[in-house]
Amino acid sequence: MREYTDKIRQIARRLLEEGKVDRVIGFKKGSMPMMNEPCVIRRPQDADQLIWDGNCGINLANYLTGAKDKVGVVAKGCDSRNIVTHIIENKLDRDNVVVIGVPCQAMIDKRKIAAAVDGEISEVTETDDGKVVVRGNGFEKTFDRAETLQDNCAICVHRNPVICDEPVADPVPEQTDVDRYADIRAIDAMSDAERKAFFDDMFAECIRCYACRNACPLCYCPTCFVDESRPQWVGKGQDENDIRTFHFLRAYHCAGRCTDCGACERACPVGIKMRVLTRKLEKDCKELYGWEAGMSVDQRPPLDAYKPNDPDAFIK
Amino acid sequence: MGLEPGRLHFSWISSAESTKFARVAQEVTEAVKALGPNRHFLKEKAKVA
Repeated sequence: MREYTDKIRQIARRLLEEGKVDRVIGFKKGSMPMMNEPCVIRRPQDADQLIWDGNCGINLANYLTGAKDKVGVVAKGCDSRNIVTHIIENKLDRDNVVVIGVPCQAMIDKRKIAAAVDGEISEVTETDDGKVVVRGNGFEKTFDRAETLQDNCAICVHRNPVICDEPVADPVPEQTDVDRYADIRAIDAMSDAERKAFFDDMFAECIRCYACRNACPLCYCPTCFVDESRPQWVGKGQDENDIRTFHFLRAYHCAGRCTDCGACERACPVGIKMRVLTRKLEKDCKELYGWEAGMSVDQRPPLDAYKPNDPDAFIK
Repeated sequence: MGLEPGRLHFSWISSAESTKFARVAQEVTEAVKALGPNRHFLKEKAKVA
C-alpha cells in the first residue's frame, strides 16, 4: 500500500505542476481509524496529504458530477466504472478528467472489524503480508485481510480501472471463481409472504437519513423524488410502506447503472444491506441484456436504447 | 416486494387498438378481482385522537 501512496502523490504533484489539472480528488487520513476522508488538492506542495490503504471505500466519482474544470481523480475499479457512467450520462466530459487508476486490492470493512473486537479501536494498520492489525486500549488483534473485506469487494470481478490515464501500479488479477448472486437467487426462490417478511426485517432499522442516496455517485438529481413536495411521491415518516417505497425506488433508479461499489452500505448508519436490491437489478440487466454498467464509454445502456430483440415476455 | 403475481400488469397498446385495450382492461380487472383486496403496501390513515 505504501507504494500506491507514493505513486499517487507523485502523479498528483506532477499533474498539478504541469497544469494538466486544476485539482486532484483523492483520500487523506481521517481523524478516526478506518475512516479516510475524501480531499481536494489544488497545490503541488499539498500532494503529500494523499494516501492509499484499505479504507478508501468512498466512491470519488460522487465528487465529479457536473465538473467543468480539469480534474484528476484517484479511482478504483468501481469508481472508474462510475466515471464511465457519468460520461455516458453527459455529467462529465472525458477530456476534463484525468483518471489516476488504482488496481484495487479490496477495501476492508470497518464494521466487521469493530464487531470482532471488544472496546474502542485506536489504530488499524495493514501489513505487507496480508494481515490487518487492530490496536485499542489494552488489546491487539491480528486478522487475515481476506476475512475483513467489504461484502461487495469479496465478490468483485472488476478490480482494475476500466479507464485509466495514469496507472498507479500494474493490474491486479481479477477474481474469476466468485458467485455474485447466491443470496439473490435465495430471495428469488422465496414465497411472496417470506419475501415480504424478509424485506420487513431488512428495512426495520431504517431511519430515512438518505445517507445511502447521498453516498451514491448515481444519485445526482437536482431534487430527489423523496424531497419533492409537489407532488409528494412518498411519505416522509417512518411508515413501513414509505420506507419500502424509498428503498425500492432508489434501487430502481440505479438499474443498469449500479457498479456495486458498496458506497450505500458503507454509509448506512444502521447497517442495512441494501445492495441486495441493486444487485437483483444488476443480475437482471446481465441476464436479459448482457449488460454490465460502466464498462465502456462507447456503448449505450440497455434502458436508454431500443433493440428489436429486447426481452418483452412480461408485456401482454 | 410483497405484491402477489397477477396484481401488476404491463401492456403495450397503440391508440388504434381499441379492441385490444378493452380486452386487456377486462382481463386485468378480472385477474385483480380474483385476487381480492390488496393487503400489502397499504398505508393506514394516521390515528388522530
